Amino acid sequence: MLKIENLHATAGGKEILKGVSLTVNAGEVHAIMGPNGSGKSTLAQVIAGHPGFEVTQGSIVYDGENLLDLQPEERAQHGVFLAFQYPVEIPGVTNAYFLRSAYNEIRKARGEQQVDPMEFLDVMEQKLKLVDMDPDMLHRSVNAGFSGGEKKRNEILQMAVLEPKLAILDETDSGLDIDALRVVAGGVNALKKPTNATIVVTHYQRLLNYIVPDKVHVLAHGKIVKSGGKELALELEARGYDWVLEAA
Amino acid sequence: MSSPIDTLVNREYQYGFVTEVQSDTLAPGLNEDVIRLISSKKQEPEWLLDWRLKAYRRWLTMTEPHWGNVKFDPIDYQAQRYYSAPTSVKPKQSLDEVDPELLDTYKKLGISLTEQKLLAGVAVDAVFDSVSVGTTMKEELSRYGIIFCSFNEAVHNHPDLVQKYLGSVVPYSDNFFAALNSAVFGDGSFCYVPKGVHCPIELSTYFRINAAETGQFERTLIVADEGSYVSYLEGCTAPKRSTHQLHAAIVEIVALDNAQVKYSTVQNWYAGDKDGRGGIFNFVTKRAKAFANAKVSWTQVETGSAITWKYPSVILQGDNSTGEFYSVAVTNHKQQADTGTKMIHRGRNTKSTIISKGISAGDSQNSYRGRVQVLPRAEGARNYTQCDSMLIGNRCGAHTFPYIEVANNSSTTEHEASTSKIGEDQIFYCKARGLNAEHAISLIVSGFCKEVFKELPMEFALEAQALLGITLEGSVG
Amino acid sequence: MSAALAKYAEAFAAAEAAPGSPAWLAELRKAAHAEFNSIGFPTTRNENWHYTSVTPIAERTFRPLKGAQSSAAIGGLIERAVGDASWARAVFLNGQFEPSHSSLASLGRGVRVSTLTAALAEQPDFVSAHLGKLAAWNAQAFTAFNTAFVQDGLVVRVARGVKAEMPLHVLHLVDKQAAGCMIHPRLLVVLEPSAELTVVESYISERGVEYFTNGVGEATLGDGARFYHCKVQRESREAFHVGTLQATQGRDSLFHSFSYASGGALSRTNTYTRLAGQGAEVRLNGLYLIDGAQHADHQTIVEHIAPGCASRELYKGILDGESHGVFNGKVYVEPEAQQTDGKQTNHALLLSPTARVDTKPQLEIFADDVKCTHGATVGRLDDIALFYLKSRGMGADHARAVLTYAFAAEVLETVELDELRDGLEKIAFERFTRA
Repeated sequence: MLKIENLHATAGGKEILKGVSLTVNAGEVHAIMGPNGSGKSTLAQVIAGHPGFEVTQGSIVYDGENLLDLQPEERAQHGVFLAFQYPVEIPGVTNAYFLRSAYNEIRKARGEQQVDPMEFLDVMEQKLKLVDMDPDMLHRSVNAGFSGGEKKRNEILQMAVLEPKLAILDETDSGLDIDALRVVAGGVNALKKPTNATIVVTHYQRLLNYIVPDKVHVLAHGKIVKSGGKELALELEARGYDWVLEAA
Repeated sequence: MSSPIDTLVNREYQYGFVTEVQSDTLAPGLNEDVIRLISSKKQEPEWLLDWRLKAYRRWLTMTEPHWGNVKFDPIDYQAQRYYSAPTSVKPKQSLDEVDPELLDTYKKLGISLTEQKLLAGVAVDAVFDSVSVGTTMKEELSRYGIIFCSFNEAVHNHPDLVQKYLGSVVPYSDNFFAALNSAVFGDGSFCYVPKGVHCPIELSTYFRINAAETGQFERTLIVADEGSYVSYLEGCTAPKRSTHQLHAAIVEIVALDNAQVKYSTVQNWYAGDKDGRGGIFNFVTKRAKAFANAKVSWTQVETGSAITWKYPSVILQGDNSTGEFYSVAVTNHKQQADTGTKMIHRGRNTKSTIISKGISAGDSQNSYRGRVQVLPRAEGARNYTQCDSMLIGNRCGAHTFPYIEVANNSSTTEHEASTSKIGEDQIFYCKARGLNAEHAISLIVSGFCKEVFKELPMEFALEAQALLGITLEGSVG
Repeated sequence: MSAALAKYAEAFAAAEAAPGSPAWLAELRKAAHAEFNSIGFPTTRNENWHYTSVTPIAERTFRPLKGAQSSAAIGGLIERAVGDASWARAVFLNGQFEPSHSSLASLGRGVRVSTLTAALAEQPDFVSAHLGKLAAWNAQAFTAFNTAFVQDGLVVRVARGVKAEMPLHVLHLVDKQAAGCMIHPRLLVVLEPSAELTVVESYISERGVEYFTNGVGEATLGDGARFYHCKVQRESREAFHVGTLQATQGRDSLFHSFSYASGGALSRTNTYTRLAGQGAEVRLNGLYLIDGAQHADHQTIVEHIAPGCASRELYKGILDGESHGVFNGKVYVEPEAQQTDGKQTNHALLLSPTARVDTKPQLEIFADDVKCTHGATVGRLDDIALFYLKSRGMGADHARAVLTYAFAAEVLETVELDELRDGLEKIAFERFTRA
């Protein structure tokens, strides 16, 4: 589904990714771990098409297409979803309106019919339950005045509504208490399908107790320095990152 | 990355057509004879002609104001025509007698003067160049004692009211353009809501400039008697022409004790082309006087005109009166806007709120200019002002000129302003959810303007939002 | 030329005839005098003077001061200044340098301080390269007035990378000899890259003396330089005061200014800076305390010219009696000044029903990637806070004094010199509690 080869990316002239290669197949969950500043979030944002990064080398092929040729919105319309580490506030625009606009754009791209506000509310009802959110939040402005936990849940809600093929969760666990973490993970697991794939970017192992990865990769200094199964995450938790970095 | 956006065509100004009608148009030029001629064409009483002449003589002593943050070459007032009216419009004609060509014009503008079912809930006075073509729902309104008619008709049928209130809020000597308007005004709307009456429908004036080289100088006078309520809407459009046209209007509102007036404008005059050729010079004086416990609320969405120069104001004359100003001003291409408000607190415990949202794109310049004045007598006065500006692109400018003058220590004034770029992170967030750049911007901008849009009557809110989408098209890339 | 200006022609001719100035300075004075005559005193039709009428200055005829003597009053005046006696000190009495009361040696190597008169003789090229280069003597009437009549002043030059070892305290003292006179002091500060300097200017006069101070300062901050300027204006209630400081800032420099004004019948303080180098920062703070019929006006202009600069402004005023306070802050952001971060705040507290405040905070922005805000409030003491203090047993007057002081304290806290801050806090506290 996703094949990243020798990816180099810079921000403000500084190279952050220095040759990342990664293959993700349908049905898989990959965890990308690594110390702060290793380039984890950059990788997530480059896949989504963040304009602040420039890809200087390498390729990202998604579903047989060159992802780097596509605008961020085209990537989203093709089923790529990034749950932001820092979800953005858009004052004055309600969550319901924002989500419906996104939902309709993605349906349009798939050649499906647009839904009106009433139909959309029906869609929302079950999805809200999935992330244990109060329906009132639909009428609040996008992320404005949300607590950290609410913002993260809102990201998962969007993911549930937009049903992506490739979901990338960028530090979705940071700043969550254990209950919120369970809710978020429960939402992610419920959305898992054999035709989907998920990339979980995280600093800590604890999210991986709830979202069990098939593969774990350690990113350091802009490169994947070690890959393994879910037991690698436990080892990292126990021993920290230093031994991997030294070995690499 | 900008190429797909650049190729998005600027949608044409959809109201830019010209109606072919036979018109009675004065030759260009301005002198006392022209004023006498206008007055005689309208069969006006002597007192009104005298008033016009006084205004004209005063105007001759004044100089064109250039203190605003807008740049324009001095206007040649002798090159303008001061009167143009379709010959088909006869005094006191009924709506059934209106020239089909004119009816068709308004239909194209989305205003039906005949099929009133389409606009149930709104009464319209349609002003075409220097005359009113017709006013709908007059009879229905008269059952409530509400007078709603063209200004000229009011001069004939309700001279006492007109004479009492004309110039009582905006004296002819107020400013250069107010003096010019007072001397040469063509037509306009008049509205009187009697004591205690809650006007059941929205009243509206639709201004259409059609004739070339002709300025439009209309005048609106709204009198809300004690304890009454009225909501008034104003719309305006003009053909696309490659030369500038002058629009110097006056709106005067009198809100007597306990009255409430809500005046909403969606200003969509032709803005000129993207290189700044043509477009309306919109130099307008709008002011209200609020007596005890009265409330006046101005809401404006300014998207058109080459230059906008207007400051809808409230004189808070009576104790406990309230003034509000909600504004969205959008400029794109070479447009210039210098707009804001004045809140003059004279009475005790008077209250004013100012919410202004400015959006600049292209090569445009957008200025907020507002004066909050608390006079010594205005004990307990309160003002809250918030003005936010958003910049789209790096060739435009956003400016804020507040004047806060406080001479009473029991008052409270608070002013907040911010200017920022449209959020890159917001655009990316929207894009990451599948919205394209144009869609993302219109979404973010309408969110930015929400506090103002929610003040607009429903029909207008939708129109305003749609207009904003058009105005900003082509502003990214 | 109007009568208001013509009356200074003779004085100018006399000043011009005085020996000792180099030719270029004579030319500069002459040009400035011509500008002064052509601009004239500003009227309230001038946007920059909309709320301040300078008629009381224009209608008087102030004489240049000649032949004043050092006086016994000087000791008492020096004592009234707030600051630390150990600081380096330059004392001017009635505009004339007082070497016996001054001590300039202690600022350390690389810091050169001299009077303008001395600098003209010892380093003429340096002075001619900087004097009149920043201050807009060709556009501002009072700056032209000063430039035409400038007598003496101070020239400070700090070499690259040098940090002055202590603050430099400039005392502008005035005694009775100056009644009816005008004084046009000048300050010239040049900080080479990475230099650091603190200057405190104190304006103090004997009670009851009516005179006119019209100061002009110019400060050039090289890349990475840091300049901290405090001005404390506590002149007599009969005095007239106009002071303009124009700075220009290089890359990553910091200009930090604080203005305290409680004196004068009419005072105007202009603090202007140009953020010309990337990453430069300016902080402008001020406090004015006026009552009676006093009029105090502050104008700030911050020009963001280079990208990535930050400006912060906090001005507060406390007004009693029938006093009139004015604040006019302008922030310009030029098209190249992307990533500008600007914040301006202005608060006024009206203690009496007849005091009056006019505020005009302006933003003019021509770059899109900016974050600029301004906020302004005018009001009286918070009733709830007063009630709270009273409910804790404090008398009404005491409660009011405490809250008023607290309002002032927010700005005073920004003063980085302990001795100055403590001194001003004490003065402010006594002022509010004495009533």
